[in-house]
Amino acid sequence: MAESLLLQNGRIIDPDNGFDRQGDLLIVDGKVAAVGTPPPEDVQIVDVRGCWVMPGLIDMHVHLREPGEEYKEDIETGTRAAAAGGFTAVACMPNTRPVNDCLAVTSLILERAARGSARVYPVGAISRGSRGESLADFGEMKEAGVVAVSDDGMPVVDSQLMRRALEYAADHRLTVISHSEELFLSRHGVMNEGPVSTRLGLKGIPAAAEAIMVYRDIALAEYTGRPVHIAHVSTAMATDLIRAAKTRGVRVTAETTPHYFTLTDEAVQGYNTNAKMNPPLRSEADRRAVLQGLVDGTLDAVATDHAPHSTLEKDVEFDLAANGVIGLETAVPLTLELVRRGVIDEQRFVRLLSLNPARILNVPGGSLAPGQPADVSVIDPAEQFVYTVDSVMSKSKNSPFLGRSLQGRAVMTLVDGRVMFSRPR
Amino acid sequence: MNSRHSMTSGYNFTQKHILGIHHLSADDIDFILKTADSFKEISTRAIKKVPTMRGLTVVNLFFEPSTRTRLSFEIAAKRMSADTYNISASTSSTVKGETLIDTARNISAMKPDIIIMRHSFAGAPDMLTRYIDASVINAGDGSHEHPSQGLLDMMTVREHKGRLEGLKVTIVGDILHSRVARSDILGFTRMGARVFVYGPATMIPPGLEELGATVCSSLEEAVADADVVMTLRIQKERQKDPLFPSLREYAQKYGINRRILDRARPDAIVMHPGPINRGVELMPDVADGPRSVILDQVTNGVAVRMALLYLVMGNS
Repeated sequence: MAESLLLQNGRIIDPDNGFDRQGDLLIVDGKVAAVGTPPPEDVQIVDVRGCWVMPGLIDMHVHLREPGEEYKEDIETGTRAAAAGGFTAVACMPNTRPVNDCLAVTSLILERAARGSARVYPVGAISRGSRGESLADFGEMKEAGVVAVSDDGMPVVDSQLMRRALEYAADHRLTVISHSEELFLSRHGVMNEGPVSTRLGLKGIPAAAEAIMVYRDIALAEYTGRPVHIAHVSTAMATDLIRAAKTRGVRVTAETTPHYFTLTDEAVQGYNTNAKMNPPLRSEADRRAVLQGLVDGTLDAVATDHAPHSTLEKDVEFDLAANGVIGLETAVPLTLELVRRGVIDEQRFVRLLSLNPARILNVPGGSLAPGQPADVSVIDPAEQFVYTVDSVMSKSKNSPFLGRSLQGRAVMTLVDGRVMFSRPR
Repeated sequence: MNSRHSMTSGYNFTQKHILGIHHLSADDIDFILKTADSFKEISTRAIKKVPTMRGLTVVNLFFEPSTRTRLSFEIAAKRMSADTYNISASTSSTVKGETLIDTARNISAMKPDIIIMRHSFAGAPDMLTRYIDASVINAGDGSHEHPSQGLLDMMTVREHKGRLEGLKVTIVGDILHSRVARSDILGFTRMGARVFVYGPATMIPPGLEELGATVCSSLEEAVADADVVMTLRIQKERQKDPLFPSLREYAQKYGINRRILDRARPDAIVMHPGPINRGVELMPDVADGPRSVILDQVTNGVAVRMALLYLVMGNS
């Protein structure tokens, strides 16, 4: 007997198929059924009036901490947080312990992920051990299931190695994701360099530290003709470089995160370690430039860079605190805020969080066309809530948005037609 | 105990902690300086002790080496009859892997009234206040602030000039790493003085204007018609990440000598937070010359710290 589910009276937003209207979405056997097909008699009906029904949101940049740092997060809790935040899939970075630089680690992640609440797309390391010395086994990792490679957390300092990575990854249809940072310039820095770091007496990281490496990566992509994806863009300078590169046809894509378009370095005030991440929160001018990048298409995706850390890493002196914030459960409301303020429209929202990540990573998704796997995110754009420690599904609570009033929340998250998360309305 | 207040104006000093000049209003600063003025006399007596803080416990928690600041706080506390205890980094439990929070909680469990903290990381005293009941006085945190130094500088200038308002105060040196510079810029400008800074461009951090300082483009411009010329210590230990080519060149281009001092007002005073690198940022003839008030700063340091202990005690 065919299992079927009808999401009734939702606003179906599917920019890939040029679709945005009230309607019912029928899911049969884990796949999107043809639109307009009369629902079978035994269909389960869920009324999603007032909600947006979208192709599953994909967070292309998270840290799930498993294997090795399960006290911060594991695949089960991380994917549960993802589903609760409206994501049907996440791409997890390889800076685990050990580093995901081989078939064995990739396999372990996928094995654990099979019991998770969201799809997991592992990202393999660019270099063995992410030490920046020699290429990891891209081919073997690809076979095991990685969709991209990155040494995220660290830049690939050696430009020759980065060039080889771009060339070799293209052979294996792997996306190369660059953590672009010029380490000499950012050395010892703990926050953005500017008036706030001067006032707080903290060592700064200049915006140029990002821009220099972004340009290096663009130059390599341009020279080799291979694509590169720039992770967590935080500055006006980098956004401008990417815009100019796209204009001349370089195959560069880029993501930013809700914290870069929502907060500035003022959030560090009071030595708040939950406002410490790398790259750091920047100036108001940078924040605006990043927003503009999301509007004009320079920045292709919104990812979270979900980076769980426990109190062991965060309840310490600011200089000693680990970099990173969680983001899976706040990305939807923070990005929706842009829609409410008229900065981006609903179509763009879905592109940034679903369609573009799917294309950049070369994975299925981003579409509700008939026959597609029924990865569907249903959100209530009107629901208001206060984001509190108690509500956090992630094992770690290191968010700069705790205590904030937010609007827009996941109501139901489906993967292959299976309900991975639902919130009573 | 009731908070300290002025008999005449109805002003109340309400600060429980002294974390930085940033948190003090002009009225707070004025009140602290007046209180310090009145305490200064105690140090000139044959028996340099008043019973004001008898039975109170003051802990000097120093995570960074310090001779004069620690001694100054200790003398201040003892002249007020408080019981003082010194914990320095080498004897503290942080070397055993204890976190700052646990150290703070343990000390707090022994019920001190005031903790005076020095730490190499900016913001460490702010953090301390979130975990303990005692008052916290910041004795210097990283490159952030050194409020008691800022206050003793203001006291010294006011003593010599009779006022702070309208004065030109020039600070020369490593502004980037200087907690003294930050506290002085904030304090002097809040009290109506104009603060001008100069140093190698590598030592001038962005956004100083937002703190209230004017950044000068030459030493001559900075010192011209100054009422106060303050020079900062070059931290030789920072030479592994050098911000200028050599000490020799620094002394030549940025050191304060008699020739450059001639550009200041004839009655200008020379200050330095100490310890001095003689012949680097300050030439001996200036350091020991008639305009130097460096030892007055040290003397006033005790009075200012007595005042701070007394005032926060009223709010703890």
